Amino acid sequence: MSKLSQKHLLGIKDITREDIELIFETADTFKEVINRPIKKVPSLRDVTIANIFFENSTRTRLSFELAEKRLSADVVNFSASNSSVKKGETLLDTVNNILAMKVDMVVMRHASPGAPYYLAKHINANIVNAGDGTHEHPTQALLDTFSIREKLGDVAGKKVAIIGDILHSRVALSNIFALQKLGAKVMVCGPPTLLPKFIGQLGVQVELDVMKALQWCDVANVLRIQLERQQIKYFPSLREYSLYYGINKKMLDNLKKQIVIMHPGPINRGVELTSDAADSSHSIILDQVENGVAVRMAVLYLLAGAA
Amino acid sequence: MQKKLILDSDLLNITINRLCQQLIENHDDFSDTVIIGMQPRGIHLAEAIHKTLEKNIKQSIPLGYLDATFHRDDFRRRDVPAKASESRIPFIIEGKRVVLVDDVLFTGRTIRAALDALITFGRPSKVELLVLIDRKYNRELPIEADYVGKVVNTIASQRILVELQAQGHKQNKIWLINKD
Repeated sequence: MSKLSQKHLLGIKDITREDIELIFETADTFKEVINRPIKKVPSLRDVTIANIFFENSTRTRLSFELAEKRLSADVVNFSASNSSVKKGETLLDTVNNILAMKVDMVVMRHASPGAPYYLAKHINANIVNAGDGTHEHPTQALLDTFSIREKLGDVAGKKVAIIGDILHSRVALSNIFALQKLGAKVMVCGPPTLLPKFIGQLGVQVELDVMKALQWCDVANVLRIQLERQQIKYFPSLREYSLYYGINKKMLDNLKKQIVIMHPGPINRGVELTSDAADSSHSIILDQVENGVAVRMAVLYLLAGAA
Repeated sequence: MQKKLILDSDLLNITINRLCQQLIENHDDFSDTVIIGMQPRGIHLAEAIHKTLEKNIKQSIPLGYLDATFHRDDFRRRDVPAKASESRIPFIIEGKRVVLVDDVLFTGRTIRAALDALITFGRPSKVELLVLIDRKYNRELPIEADYVGKVVNTIASQRILVELQAQGHKQNKIWLINKD
């Protein structure tokens, strides 16, 4: 079978291990394509994709746009900051108006958790969730696990620590689902105020000491402190956060084994990760970005082809 | 289901040898020639041709694999997206004489996609097509092979089954199958 079980990619929770493996195998071939002299294939040339971003993004949006263009899709971009959303139009109306112009797929980022699920119920186009509030960010989790598989050969059996602002992170939740489906062991680590209350029920280990987490894991996925989502103070100061939870090169060198450092970006250098750690040989942060394009090409190709 | 044997191991060896001799006749000096097998089913034939050819001319020739899945014209016209295999062309094809190898030439659509895929790696000076079986009277595009192992007259509902030892079969056998 080379077909996804779903018509949309809304969250990792909804897809199967077989789906993830199919996406990886397809992404392998696309990674070879984007390293050719001519990096473009004509597969999606009669497909129009709208990138609808109600929230800021540079990496994800650029990565999706590149993936779409390398598949020869027609691309329209839309961001909420300069649109009729400001004039009071509803989400459904906005999207239906875009679809009336004959768009086949929608890539959407929205600040409200569940927004793409709502959309999938009401419109007739393939939807790819590019991040919905603090809920899920499925393509990020796919490219993270794809990068682990590339670096360490396999995801199954590996120990992955997700460190930082778990409470506000959609990357954390999607990663937990993806890693567990692929058979990895997952630990979350951060200050207690930034850990969701019942996170242990997802079957992950909880650790408050960052050094213990680093000693335990094969891979550390370090997350950014999302100040824009924090309405109240969760810790006294950024300085204090980086003192207790920031990771530097010295900590990595003191470990008995070589671990892999990942970060979904954007990095706040000097807060969760110092420059010498982010740019060290431990880090695969830029590989993640390259793999992001290949993984997104695979997702779009598989969704469009099944239509 | 009726099966008719069109090529067996002995005949296949003779055919591969003949195809190599024809290549030698036309190429003379192989310094600019590369062989590219079509994924997934043309690669075993390409390997066989490559091996025999190198033995005959005592000279090494680059061998690559090409997958044309993303260049096919039937994407979104079938229920399941076609699964891609690996393309591996670890040499430069710019200015080279490319011998494209596939097992069966049928509608010509795969070869059209392959030509498209090939030029994303560069501009060859010449592209030739070598196939083991040419299914005549079934072409949907103006494409012909330069080197043909065996011409078979078939109708669209028939099928060619290629079983090679390299694919894990007991013996080399090429069948014509009637679907009824």
